[in-house]
Amino acid sequence: MASMRDIKRRKESVQSTGQITKAMKLVSSVKLQKAKVGAEVSKPYFDTMYNTVAGMIAKSGQMSHPFLQKSQSDKKAVILITSNRGLAGGYNSNVMKLVTKDDRFTQENTVVYAVGTKGRDGMDRQKFQVAQDYSEAMNEPVYSDAMEIGKEVLSQFVRGEIGEIYLAYTIFKNTVVQIPTLTKLLPIDAEDISSETEDISEDPIERITLMNYEPEPEEALDAIVPKYINSLIYGGLVESYASENGARMQAMDSATSNAEEMISDLSLKYNRARQASITQELTEIIAGASAIS
Amino acid sequence: MADKVFNLQIISPTRIFFDGDATMVEMKTSEGEIGVLAGHIPLTAILTPGVVKIHQEEGTKEAALHDGFVEIRKDRVTVLAESCEWPDEIDVERAEEAKERAENRIKSGRKDVDMLRAELALKKALTRIDLAGRK
Repeated sequence: MASMRDIKRRKESVQSTGQITKAMKLVSSVKLQKAKVGAEVSKPYFDTMYNTVAGMIAKSGQMSHPFLQKSQSDKKAVILITSNRGLAGGYNSNVMKLVTKDDRFTQENTVVYAVGTKGRDGMDRQKFQVAQDYSEAMNEPVYSDAMEIGKEVLSQFVRGEIGEIYLAYTIFKNTVVQIPTLTKLLPIDAEDISSETEDISEDPIERITLMNYEPEPEEALDAIVPKYINSLIYGGLVESYASENGARMQAMDSATSNAEEMISDLSLKYNRARQASITQELTEIIAGASAIS
Repeated sequence: MADKVFNLQIISPTRIFFDGDATMVEMKTSEGEIGVLAGHIPLTAILTPGVVKIHQEEGTKEAALHDGFVEIRKDRVTVLAESCEWPDEIDVERAEEAKERAENRIKSGRKDVDMLRAELALKKALTRIDLAGRK
Protein backbone atom coordinates (compact mmCIF):
# COMPACT_ATOMS: atom_id res chain seq x y z
CA MET A 1 0.00 0.00 0.00
CA ALA A 2 1.18 3.48 -0.91
CA SER A 3 2.51 5.52 1.95
CA MET A 4 0.37 8.17 3.61
CA ARG A 5 2.57 10.93 2.29
CA ASP A 6 2.24 9.74 -1.28
CA ILE A 7 -1.52 9.53 -1.07
CA LYS A 8 -1.69 12.99 0.46
CA ARG A 9 0.45 14.47 -2.27
CA ARG A 10 -1.63 12.79 -4.96
CA LYS A 11 -4.83 14.07 -3.40
CA GLU A 12 -3.55 17.62 -3.25
CA SER A 13 -2.56 17.56 -6.89
CA VAL A 14 -5.95 16.22 -7.94
CA GLN A 15 -7.60 18.86 -5.80
CA SER A 16 -5.76 21.72 -7.47
CA THR A 17 -6.50 20.31 -10.93
CA GLY A 18 -10.14 20.09 -9.92
CA GLN A 19 -10.09 23.74 -8.91
CA ILE A 20 -8.69 24.71 -12.27
CA THR A 21 -11.25 22.72 -14.24
CA LYS A 22 -14.03 24.12 -12.09
CA ALA A 23 -12.87 27.68 -12.75
CA MET A 24 -12.59 26.95 -16.47
CA LYS A 25 -16.09 25.57 -16.47
CA LEU A 26 -17.41 28.75 -14.88
CA VAL A 27 -15.54 30.93 -17.33
CA SER A 28 -16.80 29.04 -20.36
CA SER A 29 -20.37 28.99 -19.10
CA VAL A 30 -20.27 32.80 -18.83
CA LYS A 31 -18.76 33.02 -22.30
CA LEU A 32 -21.35 30.59 -23.58
CA GLN A 33 -24.19 32.84 -22.43
CA LYS A 34 -22.67 35.72 -24.37
CA ALA A 35 -21.97 33.60 -27.42
CA LYS A 36 -25.52 32.26 -27.42
CA VAL A 37 -26.91 35.79 -27.54
CA GLY A 38 -24.53 36.56 -30.39
CA ALA A 39 -25.69 33.53 -32.32
CA GLU A 40 -29.33 34.38 -31.72
CA VAL A 41 -29.17 37.98 -32.91
CA SER A 42 -27.44 37.00 -36.13
CA LYS A 43 -30.07 34.38 -36.91
CA PRO A 44 -32.76 36.64 -38.48
CA TYR A 45 -30.20 38.21 -40.81
CA PHE A 46 -28.92 34.84 -41.82
CA ASP A 47 -32.38 33.33 -42.36
CA THR A 48 -33.65 36.23 -44.44
CA MET A 49 -30.47 36.16 -46.47
CA TYR A 50 -30.86 32.47 -47.12
CA ASN A 51 -34.49 32.84 -48.18
CA THR A 52 -33.71 35.69 -50.53
CA VAL A 53 -30.83 33.91 -52.20
CA ALA A 54 -32.80 30.68 -52.40
CA GLY A 55 -35.67 32.59 -54.00
CA MET A 56 -33.39 34.20 -56.54
CA ILE A 57 -31.78 30.93 -57.48
CA ALA A 58 -35.09 29.14 -57.71
CA LYS A 59 -36.34 31.80 -60.05
CA SER A 60 -33.32 31.87 -62.25
CA GLY A 61 -32.73 28.13 -62.37
CA GLN A 62 -31.27 28.02 -65.85
CA MET A 63 -29.27 31.17 -65.40
CA SER A 64 -25.63 30.79 -66.23
CA HIS A 65 -23.56 32.62 -63.71
CA PRO A 66 -20.03 31.91 -62.51
CA PHE A 67 -21.27 31.54 -58.92
CA LEU A 68 -23.63 28.76 -59.95
CA GLN A 69 -21.22 26.72 -62.03
CA LYS A 70 -18.30 24.56 -61.27
CA SER A 71 -15.16 26.20 -62.53
CA GLN A 72 -12.24 24.52 -64.28
CA SER A 73 -10.07 24.15 -61.24
CA ASP A 74 -10.51 21.00 -59.17
CA LYS A 75 -8.94 22.64 -56.12
CA LYS A 76 -11.12 22.81 -53.07
CA ALA A 77 -10.93 25.45 -50.40
CA VAL A 78 -12.06 24.62 -46.90
CA ILE A 79 -12.72 27.28 -44.33
CA LEU A 80 -12.07 25.36 -41.16
CA ILE A 81 -13.43 26.90 -38.00
CA THR A 82 -11.89 25.57 -34.81
CA SER A 83 -10.78 27.12 -31.53
CA ASN A 84 -7.59 28.79 -30.40
CA ARG A 85 -7.50 26.89 -27.15
CA GLY A 86 -7.72 23.25 -26.31
CA LEU A 87 -9.39 21.45 -23.40
CA ALA A 88 -12.70 21.40 -25.19
CA GLY A 89 -13.20 17.66 -25.46
CA GLY A 90 -13.53 16.38 -28.99
CA TYR A 91 -14.60 19.72 -30.37
CA ASN A 92 -11.57 20.48 -32.53
CA SER A 93 -10.81 16.98 -33.71
CA ASN A 94 -14.44 16.40 -34.70
CA VAL A 95 -14.36 19.38 -37.05
CA MET A 96 -11.02 18.33 -38.52
CA LYS A 97 -12.24 14.78 -39.07
CA LEU A 98 -14.90 16.13 -41.41
CA VAL A 99 -12.12 17.04 -43.79
CA THR A 100 -9.45 14.44 -43.11
CA LYS A 101 -11.83 11.45 -43.13
CA ASP A 102 -13.57 12.57 -46.33
CA ASP A 103 -12.20 11.01 -49.51
CA ARG A 104 -13.07 14.06 -51.58
CA PHE A 105 -10.40 16.02 -49.77
CA THR A 106 -6.82 15.02 -50.35
CA GLN A 107 -3.60 16.74 -49.42
CA GLU A 108 -3.08 17.62 -53.08
CA ASN A 109 -6.40 19.21 -53.96
CA THR A 110 -7.32 20.95 -50.73
CA VAL A 111 -6.38 24.37 -49.46
CA VAL A 112 -7.26 25.17 -45.87
CA TYR A 113 -8.28 28.61 -44.66
CA ALA A 114 -7.90 28.15 -40.95
CA VAL A 115 -9.81 30.05 -38.31
CA GLY A 116 -8.47 28.86 -34.98
CA THR A 117 -4.92 27.78 -34.22
CA LYS A 118 -5.95 24.23 -33.25
CA GLY A 119 -7.30 23.53 -36.71
CA ARG A 120 -4.37 25.25 -38.37
CA ASP A 121 -1.76 23.18 -36.52
CA GLY A 122 -3.75 19.97 -36.81
CA MET A 123 -4.15 20.28 -40.57
CA ASP A 124 -0.54 21.29 -40.95
CA ARG A 125 0.48 18.11 -39.14
CA GLN A 126 -1.65 16.08 -41.55
CA LYS A 127 0.29 17.69 -44.41
CA PHE A 128 -2.60 19.75 -45.69
CA GLN A 129 -1.78 23.08 -47.25
CA VAL A 130 -2.84 25.95 -45.00
CA ALA A 131 -3.18 29.04 -47.17
CA GLN A 132 -4.33 31.62 -44.68
CA ASP A 133 -4.71 31.90 -40.97
CA TYR A 134 -7.46 34.04 -39.47
CA SER A 135 -7.14 32.76 -35.96
CA GLU A 136 -7.50 36.14 -34.25
CA ALA A 137 -11.10 36.15 -35.46
CA MET A 138 -11.94 33.35 -33.07
CA ASN A 139 -11.23 35.42 -29.96
CA GLU A 140 -14.33 37.50 -30.58
CA PRO A 141 -16.08 36.90 -33.89
CA VAL A 142 -17.20 40.12 -35.59
CA TYR A 143 -18.79 40.62 -38.97
CA SER A 144 -15.75 42.31 -40.49
CA ASP A 145 -13.71 39.15 -39.92
CA ALA A 146 -16.22 37.19 -41.95
CA MET A 147 -16.08 39.84 -44.65
CA GLU A 148 -12.32 39.57 -44.85
CA ILE A 149 -12.36 35.80 -45.17
CA GLY A 150 -15.21 35.92 -47.65
CA LYS A 151 -13.45 38.45 -49.81
CA GLU A 152 -10.30 36.38 -49.95
CA VAL A 153 -11.93 33.07 -50.91
CA LEU A 154 -14.27 34.75 -53.38
CA SER A 155 -11.46 36.47 -55.21
CA GLN A 156 -9.67 33.12 -55.46
CA PHE A 157 -12.83 31.57 -56.82
CA VAL A 158 -13.40 34.32 -59.35
CA ARG A 159 -9.81 34.04 -60.57
CA GLY A 160 -10.41 30.33 -61.08
CA GLU A 161 -7.73 29.22 -58.66
CA ILE A 162 -10.20 27.21 -56.66
CA GLY A 163 -13.23 25.39 -57.94
CA GLU A 164 -15.22 24.78 -54.79
CA ILE A 165 -15.50 26.41 -51.41
CA TYR A 166 -16.53 24.52 -48.31
CA LEU A 167 -17.16 25.62 -44.77
CA ALA A 168 -16.43 23.27 -41.88
CA TYR A 169 -17.88 24.43 -38.59
CA THR A 170 -19.91 23.28 -35.61
CA ILE A 171 -23.62 23.95 -35.32
CA PHE A 172 -24.69 24.92 -31.84
CA LYS A 173 -27.85 22.97 -31.18
CA ASN A 174 -27.90 23.42 -27.42
CA THR A 175 -25.50 23.34 -24.51
CA VAL A 176 -24.93 19.59 -24.72
CA VAL A 177 -25.36 18.96 -28.45
CA GLN A 178 -23.01 20.42 -31.02
CA ILE A 179 -22.96 19.08 -34.54
CA PRO A 180 -19.83 19.34 -36.70
CA THR A 181 -20.98 20.26 -40.19
CA LEU A 182 -19.50 20.60 -43.64
CA THR A 183 -21.40 22.79 -46.11
CA LYS A 184 -20.65 23.82 -49.64
CA LEU A 185 -20.57 27.57 -50.11
CA LEU A 186 -19.75 27.82 -53.80
CA PRO A 187 -20.73 27.03 -56.45
CA ILE A 188 -24.30 27.21 -55.26
CA ASP A 189 -26.16 24.15 -56.32
CA ALA A 190 -29.46 25.32 -57.75
CA GLU A 191 -31.08 21.91 -57.27
CA ASP A 192 -30.04 21.60 -53.65
CA ILE A 193 -31.25 24.99 -52.71
CA SER A 194 -34.55 25.00 -54.57
CA SER A 195 -35.55 21.62 -53.18
CA GLU A 196 -35.08 23.01 -49.69
CA THR A 197 -36.92 26.24 -50.21
CA GLU A 198 -40.33 24.72 -50.73
CA ASP A 199 -40.92 24.25 -47.07
CA ILE A 200 -39.21 27.45 -46.01
CA SER A 201 -41.18 29.98 -47.99
CA GLU A 202 -44.87 30.20 -47.31
CA ASP A 203 -45.79 30.67 -50.92
CA PRO A 204 -43.00 29.77 -53.31
CA ILE A 205 -45.06 30.27 -56.44
CA GLU A 206 -45.86 33.84 -55.60
CA ARG A 207 -42.22 34.62 -55.05
CA ILE A 208 -40.95 32.92 -58.15
CA THR A 209 -43.42 34.52 -60.50
CA LEU A 210 -43.59 38.03 -59.13
CA MET A 211 -40.18 39.08 -57.88
CA ASN A 212 -38.48 41.78 -59.93
CA TYR A 213 -34.83 42.61 -59.79
CA GLU A 214 -33.10 45.88 -60.05
CA PRO A 215 -30.49 45.72 -61.52
CA GLU A 216 -30.94 42.57 -63.63
CA PRO A 217 -30.83 39.21 -61.82
CA GLU A 218 -27.29 38.50 -63.02
CA GLU A 219 -25.95 41.73 -61.59
CA ALA A 220 -28.03 41.41 -58.46
CA LEU A 221 -26.57 37.97 -57.94
CA ASP A 222 -23.10 39.46 -58.32
CA ALA A 223 -23.81 41.81 -55.47
CA ILE A 224 -25.81 39.53 -53.23
CA VAL A 225 -23.82 36.30 -53.38
CA PRO A 226 -20.72 37.80 -51.70
CA LYS A 227 -22.97 39.05 -48.90
CA TYR A 228 -24.56 35.63 -48.71
CA ILE A 229 -21.14 34.01 -48.38
CA ASN A 230 -20.11 36.54 -45.75
CA SER A 231 -23.24 35.90 -43.76
CA LEU A 232 -22.71 32.15 -43.93
CA ILE A 233 -19.15 32.55 -42.72
CA TYR A 234 -20.26 34.89 -39.98
CA GLY A 235 -22.97 32.43 -39.01
CA GLY A 236 -20.32 29.71 -38.92
CA LEU A 237 -18.08 31.82 -36.71
CA VAL A 238 -20.69 32.68 -34.11
CA GLU A 239 -22.15 29.17 -34.05
CA SER A 240 -18.69 27.66 -33.67
CA TYR A 241 -17.81 30.15 -30.96
CA ALA A 242 -20.89 29.12 -29.00
CA SER A 243 -20.18 25.43 -29.66
CA GLU A 244 -16.59 25.79 -28.53
CA ASN A 245 -17.66 27.16 -25.19
CA GLY A 246 -20.42 24.62 -24.89
CA ALA A 247 -18.00 21.80 -25.59
CA ARG A 248 -15.45 23.18 -23.15
CA MET A 249 -18.07 23.61 -20.46
CA GLN A 250 -19.10 20.00 -20.86
CA ALA A 251 -15.53 18.72 -20.91
CA MET A 252 -14.63 20.72 -17.82
CA ASP A 253 -17.80 19.63 -16.07
CA SER A 254 -16.95 15.97 -16.49
CA ALA A 255 -13.32 16.66 -15.57
CA THR A 256 -14.48 18.31 -12.36
CA SER A 257 -16.75 15.44 -11.42
CA ASN A 258 -13.97 12.95 -12.21
CA ALA A 259 -11.65 14.92 -9.95
CA GLU A 260 -14.23 14.85 -7.18
CA GLU A 261 -14.61 11.12 -7.55
CA MET A 262 -10.84 10.65 -7.38
CA ILE A 263 -10.61 12.87 -4.34
CA SER A 264 -13.20 10.88 -2.43
CA ASP A 265 -11.47 7.67 -3.45
CA LEU A 266 -8.10 9.01 -2.32
CA SER A 267 -9.54 10.35 0.94
CA LEU A 268 -10.82 6.89 1.73
CA LYS A 269 -7.44 5.37 0.98
CA TYR A 270 -5.69 8.04 3.04
CA ASN A 271 -7.95 7.49 6.04
CA ARG A 272 -7.49 3.77 5.77
CA ALA A 273 -3.71 4.14 5.64
CA ARG A 274 -3.81 6.52 8.64
CA GLN A 275 -5.92 4.09 10.64
CA ALA A 276 -3.61 1.25 9.66
CA SER A 277 -0.56 3.14 10.87
CA ILE A 278 -2.24 4.05 14.19
CA THR A 279 -3.23 0.44 14.74
CA GLN A 280 0.27 -0.67 13.93
CA GLU A 281 1.80 1.83 16.34
CA LEU A 282 -0.57 0.76 19.09
CA THR A 283 0.25 -2.90 18.51
CA GLU A 284 3.93 -2.07 18.67
CA ILE A 285 3.57 -0.08 21.90
CA ILE A 286 1.49 -2.78 23.55
CA ALA A 287 3.90 -5.44 22.38
CA GLY A 288 6.80 -3.39 23.73
CA ALA A 289 5.07 -2.77 27.06
CA SER A 290 4.24 -6.44 27.56
CA ALA A 291 7.82 -7.38 26.74
CA ILE A 292 9.13 -5.12 29.52
CA SER A 293 6.73 -6.24 32.23
CA MET B 1 -55.13 54.64 -43.25
CA ALA B 2 -54.70 51.06 -42.20
CA ASP B 3 -53.90 49.77 -45.67
CA LYS B 4 -51.31 52.48 -46.21
CA VAL B 5 -48.86 51.05 -43.73
CA PHE B 6 -46.58 48.09 -44.24
CA ASN B 7 -44.21 46.15 -42.08
CA LEU B 8 -40.62 47.28 -42.39
CA GLN B 9 -37.68 45.31 -41.07
CA ILE B 10 -34.10 46.46 -41.16
CA ILE B 11 -31.79 43.66 -40.15
CA SER B 12 -28.04 43.74 -39.68
CA PRO B 13 -25.83 40.80 -38.67
CA THR B 14 -25.55 42.01 -35.11
CA ARG B 15 -29.11 43.09 -34.39
CA ILE B 16 -32.61 43.71 -35.66
CA PHE B 17 -32.16 47.37 -36.35
CA PHE B 18 -35.76 48.34 -36.99
CA ASP B 19 -38.98 46.39 -36.94
CA GLY B 20 -42.28 48.18 -37.22
CA ASP B 21 -44.93 49.76 -39.37
CA ALA B 22 -44.03 52.45 -41.86
CA THR B 23 -46.01 54.48 -44.37
CA MET B 24 -43.07 55.07 -46.65
CA VAL B 25 -39.39 54.30 -46.78
CA GLU B 26 -36.84 56.13 -48.89
CA MET B 27 -33.48 54.66 -49.72
CA LYS B 28 -30.63 54.77 -52.14
CA THR B 29 -30.25 51.85 -54.52
CA SER B 30 -27.57 51.21 -57.09
CA GLU B 31 -30.01 52.41 -59.76
CA GLY B 32 -31.03 55.61 -57.95
CA GLU B 33 -33.13 56.71 -55.03
CA ILE B 34 -36.45 55.02 -54.49
CA GLY B 35 -39.38 55.62 -52.20
CA VAL B 36 -41.50 52.64 -51.30
CA LEU B 37 -45.15 52.90 -50.33
CA ALA B 38 -47.49 50.12 -49.32
CA GLY B 39 -48.55 47.99 -52.27
CA HIS B 40 -45.27 48.32 -54.15
CA ILE B 41 -44.53 45.60 -56.68
CA PRO B 42 -42.21 42.86 -55.42
CA LEU B 43 -38.66 43.99 -56.01
CA THR B 44 -35.16 43.14 -54.94
CA ALA B 45 -32.65 45.97 -55.23
CA ILE B 46 -29.07 46.55 -54.20
CA LEU B 47 -28.46 49.42 -51.78
CA THR B 48 -25.47 51.71 -51.77
CA PRO B 49 -24.25 53.68 -48.76
CA GLY B 50 -26.80 56.35 -48.03
CA VAL B 51 -29.41 57.66 -45.69
CA VAL B 52 -32.54 55.61 -45.25
CA LYS B 53 -35.62 57.62 -44.33
CA ILE B 54 -38.43 55.87 -42.54
CA HIS B 55 -41.77 57.64 -42.61
CA GLN B 56 -44.16 56.60 -39.92
CA GLU B 57 -47.54 57.96 -38.94
CA GLU B 58 -45.98 59.59 -35.91
CA GLY B 59 -42.95 61.08 -37.66
CA THR B 60 -39.86 60.45 -39.69
CA LYS B 61 -36.70 58.61 -38.73
CA GLU B 62 -33.36 58.62 -40.45
CA ALA B 63 -30.46 56.20 -40.32
CA ALA B 64 -27.18 55.65 -42.09
CA LEU B 65 -27.15 52.42 -44.05
CA HIS B 66 -24.06 50.92 -45.62
CA ASP B 67 -24.05 48.21 -48.18
CA GLY B 68 -26.96 45.88 -48.34
CA PHE B 69 -30.05 45.03 -50.28
CA VAL B 70 -33.78 45.39 -49.96
CA GLU B 71 -36.45 42.84 -50.64
CA ILE B 72 -39.91 44.26 -51.19
CA ARG B 73 -42.82 41.85 -50.95
CA LYS B 74 -46.55 42.26 -51.10
CA ASP B 75 -47.03 42.95 -47.43
CA ARG B 76 -43.61 43.77 -46.10
CA VAL B 77 -40.23 45.23 -46.82
CA THR B 78 -37.02 43.66 -45.56
CA VAL B 79 -33.72 45.47 -45.66
CA LEU B 80 -30.56 43.49 -45.07
CA ALA B 81 -27.68 45.79 -44.22
CA GLU B 82 -24.10 44.90 -43.41
CA SER B 83 -24.10 47.84 -41.04
CA CYS B 84 -26.67 50.39 -40.02
CA GLU B 85 -26.63 53.24 -37.50
CA TRP B 86 -28.96 55.80 -35.97
CA PRO B 87 -27.67 59.41 -36.06
CA ASP B 88 -26.79 59.44 -32.36
CA GLU B 89 -24.62 56.34 -32.75
CA ILE B 90 -22.34 57.91 -35.31
CA ASP B 91 -18.85 58.84 -34.24
CA VAL B 92 -18.32 62.00 -36.28
CA GLU B 93 -14.63 62.25 -35.49
CA ARG B 94 -14.01 58.76 -36.74
CA ALA B 95 -16.04 59.42 -39.86
CA GLU B 96 -14.02 62.59 -40.56
CA GLU B 97 -10.81 60.65 -40.18
CA ALA B 98 -12.08 57.92 -42.47
CA LYS B 99 -13.12 60.53 -45.02
CA GLU B 100 -9.66 62.08 -45.01
CA ARG B 101 -7.99 58.71 -45.30
CA ALA B 102 -10.17 57.69 -48.22
CA GLU B 103 -9.67 61.01 -49.99
CA ASN B 104 -5.91 60.77 -49.65
CA ARG B 105 -5.96 57.27 -51.00
CA ILE B 106 -8.01 58.29 -54.01
CA LYS B 107 -5.85 61.38 -54.66
CA SER B 108 -2.60 59.47 -54.40
CA GLY B 109 -3.55 57.68 -57.62
CA ARG B 110 -1.16 54.85 -56.93
CA LYS B 111 -1.79 51.63 -58.77
CA ASP B 112 -1.87 49.47 -55.68
CA VAL B 113 -4.79 51.41 -54.25
CA ASP B 114 -8.07 49.58 -54.44
CA MET B 115 -10.13 52.39 -55.96
CA LEU B 116 -13.51 50.77 -55.48
CA ARG B 117 -12.82 50.14 -51.86
CA ALA B 118 -11.56 53.66 -51.24
CA GLU B 119 -14.58 55.13 -52.95
CA LEU B 120 -16.90 52.98 -50.92
CA ALA B 121 -15.16 54.03 -47.72
CA LEU B 122 -15.49 57.66 -48.75
CA LYS B 123 -19.19 57.23 -49.48
CA LYS B 124 -19.75 55.64 -46.12
CA ALA B 125 -17.89 58.40 -44.29
CA LEU B 126 -19.80 61.10 -46.17
CA THR B 127 -23.11 59.45 -45.35
CA ARG B 128 -22.23 59.35 -41.70
CA ILE B 129 -21.09 62.97 -41.59
CA ASP B 130 -24.11 64.09 -43.56
CA LEU B 131 -26.56 62.39 -41.28
CA ALA B 132 -24.85 63.38 -38.05
CA GLY B 133 -24.82 67.00 -39.20
CA ARG B 134 -28.58 67.05 -39.68
CA LYS B 135 -29.63 66.48 -36.11
